[in-house]
Amino acid sequence: MNSVRLFFVGGLTSYRALFYWLSPTIYIPSLIVAPIFQILLFAYIGRSAGLESDVFYVTGNAIQYAAIPCLFAMSQTVSGERYQNTLSAILVSPAKRFPLFVGRALPVMGNAFFVSAFSFAAGCVILGVSLPAGSIPGLAVVIFIAAFSCTGLGLTNAAISLRVRENAVLSNVIFGFLLIFTGANVPISELPAWMQDVSHVLPLTHAIQAARDLAAGEPFSDVTGLLATELGIGLAYLAGGLVLLRVFEWQGRKHATLEQL
Amino acid sequence: MRVLRLLAIGWKFHFKMIMRSAFDGVGQVIYPLFFATVAFFVFRAGDSPRTLLYASLGAAVMGMWSATSTTAGSAMQRERWQGTLEALVATPANFALILLPVTIAMATIGIYSLVATLLWGRLLFGIQLTVVHPVMFVLSIPATVLTFGALGFLFAVCFVRFRAAWALGNMFEYPVWLICGFLVPLTFFPGWVRPISWILAPTWGMNAIRESSLGGSPLPDLLMCFALGTAYIALGFLVMDRLLRAARERAALSLT
Repeated sequence: MNSVRLFFVGGLTSYRALFYWLSPTIYIPSLIVAPIFQILLFAYIGRSAGLESDVFYVTGNAIQYAAIPCLFAMSQTVSGERYQNTLSAILVSPAKRFPLFVGRALPVMGNAFFVSAFSFAAGCVILGVSLPAGSIPGLAVVIFIAAFSCTGLGLTNAAISLRVRENAVLSNVIFGFLLIFTGANVPISELPAWMQDVSHVLPLTHAIQAARDLAAGEPFSDVTGLLATELGIGLAYLAGGLVLLRVFEWQGRKHATLEQL
Repeated sequence: MRVLRLLAIGWKFHFKMIMRSAFDGVGQVIYPLFFATVAFFVFRAGDSPRTLLYASLGAAVMGMWSATSTTAGSAMQRERWQGTLEALVATPANFALILLPVTIAMATIGIYSLVATLLWGRLLFGIQLTVVHPVMFVLSIPATVLTFGALGFLFAVCFVRFRAAWALGNMFEYPVWLICGFLVPLTFFPGWVRPISWILAPTWGMNAIRESSLGGSPLPDLLMCFALGTAYIALGFLVMDRLLRAARERAALSLT
């Protein structure tokens, strides 16, 4: 019962903390305007280079941009506590780590879903992309699963933040890797073989492919395999993140480096 | 002479500080390489007559702008956080002369990014850099840096009243990449976008670098860089004067 309480109350507190930090003056430029311009940038680069259609870049970038709220907000769950000198108080508590950290991931996932869905819709409107009406509920499911799997990666990023001081740089680097490797802007088949192999174990790759298939008019039943893979990858990163949190927490205690800035 | 000394020392001091920062010194150089890589893949896979060298030069200048936009937006905020803003404003020197070398130092980091992107393209994608007008190419780079610094200065001045100035600076990264013709010719955009591109100095800096490399007449572009850069600085001085006077009257400089 305590774990359930911790999961939901911790999640709610984290939600309040997240939106205290993500005030409209930060939220609108970073999570409303920027993803729309990322979509426009790559759609026009695609037009300039003569590669793929607008719908390719709208789906790819709208889903890939979920990485920004997931990576940055999840790393804040550790670094924010460290800056406020509350990290050691949290880690010394007997609370179970699973509800403690996964509860904090809930608002991050919800926010990533909103950012991705909003930029998807805005990109379609601005570039005049029309989608089959029947694909919209399926696309919502795809975006939700993408937000989940990327939150799993965000939890891993949060765990690494226990060891890496410059988590903003780290989050940007991971975002950059996702930009290249997930096929958001370059068809996976155009990447070298080793990059294609890497792309298959990253979050978002399969969700982007599923969204493109749905936008092309394929039925939802045809993309369930892709979504199951995406979900599995998300769960793997979530589990990996929890293990890393335990390992780095133990190392931080051993070397007294938890609050090192 | 005193003004030049102040600008030179300010530039050197801030350049060293930025080089010590992982976010500004390392992150801002690595981050654009990801976008450059995507651009190289897209242009290599596409069927456009525009060459990989065209993309390489555009991606290199994208990095220069990245180094300026976010950090220029937060230049004042950093002083505010460190509690040095009031002290700097109170000094006898004009505050604009203190802020200008900060943004020029940020833009100077962009040269590092430019070289890194061109090398990245050469080593990983085999993109050969050919320069038709070497002298103009060498002149174009510092001219572009100075105009980027001047635009960053105007941004920093205009954002002085915003607590989250870094987010505004960050917001302008993609739009400038998009509409200043770094990777997309201006002819691709609706007619109403082009006048906006023309009043942004990065458009002319990009043209100057590209025309001196690929062939063309970069001199008019360099002159436009100079004219717009001067205009940004003049406008920045005027706006700064008004903003500081208003902030002093309301005791609102620290935004607490």
